[in-house]
Amino acid sequence: MDQPDDAPTPRRRRSRYWWLVGLALAALIVIVLSPLASPDPDGLQRVAADEGFLEAARNALFSIIPGYNVPGVHGNLSRILGGLIGVVIVFALMAVVGRILVRRRR
Amino acid sequence: MLAAIVGPGFGPAVPPPPDMHAPDGFLSVPIAAVMWLVTLAVLAVAVRRSNATLDERAVPLLGVMAAFIFAAQMVNFQVVGGTSGHLLGGVLAAVLLGPWAGTLVMACVIAVQALVFQDGGLVVMGANIFNMGVVGTLGGFYLYLGLVRILGGEDRARVPAAGIAAWTSVVAGAICMSLELAASGTTALSIALPAMVGVHVLIGIGEALITMGALAFIAVTRADLLRLRDSRPAAA
Repeated sequence: MDQPDDAPTPRRRRSRYWWLVGLALAALIVIVLSPLASPDPDGLQRVAADEGFLEAARNALFSIIPGYNVPGVHGNLSRILGGLIGVVIVFALMAVVGRILVRRRR
Repeated sequence: MLAAIVGPGFGPAVPPPPDMHAPDGFLSVPIAAVMWLVTLAVLAVAVRRSNATLDERAVPLLGVMAAFIFAAQMVNFQVVGGTSGHLLGGVLAAVLLGPWAGTLVMACVIAVQALVFQDGGLVVMGANIFNMGVVGTLGGFYLYLGLVRILGGEDRARVPAAGIAAWTSVVAGAICMSLELAASGTTALSIALPAMVGVHVLIGIGEALITMGALAFIAVTRADLLRLRDSRPAAA
């Protein structure tokens, strides 16, 4: 499996566009795994319910894609669509932030 | 375990939607404000340090890490009867990108979750970014560096050190949340602390497994990405 370090690397192609593979992997997690996610409350929610402070939760001021479910779409597709939108948003946001940080050195 | 015995179909037919992060109202406004100040201070340093040292080649990885952590956080895994957990990702982000760029990634994910998906409150967003992001990207990362030094170098010890740091970061984040809840008067520390730590000791195992799996996968497929953290921009 391991190649000796001093061996000449035989035309190993490192695509500049590897990030597309990473992005596709994230999309795949949303499409394949997120419908299989446990619907049970997570650690904090469970503790809040058990200890009686879940009622302290206040509703959001506004709602865009609440709970990752795209309004008007039903079933698993709603959550998958929501997840894909999120994946694209955070990717684009960090790519832009990263580019600005790199291009405008002080 | 209990879930396996009781089985599905027990309890309410339609489970509540797994909104995962702390909503507004869990913390008092003063405590939420203090956490916002701490988080903003850390973010300010993160922006300055990233601005000075981030290598251009690491920029795509910033986006991919944010996308991966966002996606993975949607996949709640079962821990004990009726309770789930999900990845936080702070240690993973920091091991790959360094503590400062890793902090920016976590803040981006948690902010988008709150702003677009109403997962996590806006008033408590500072606390959420701190507990789930900064604790892992700073605390978890420096624990990782210490462990790597003890265990004989990063190439040898990357995966186990990251696993221990990931587990610890989840438990530490739960302790922070408990302290904030108690300081807010939401619940007593003697109640919140054992309950939060008890369940997050288990959730942390999931965090460790995913973190170790992701790093092992990258080491096999694209080991060059592991060096982006320490690569620096060429002097102009």
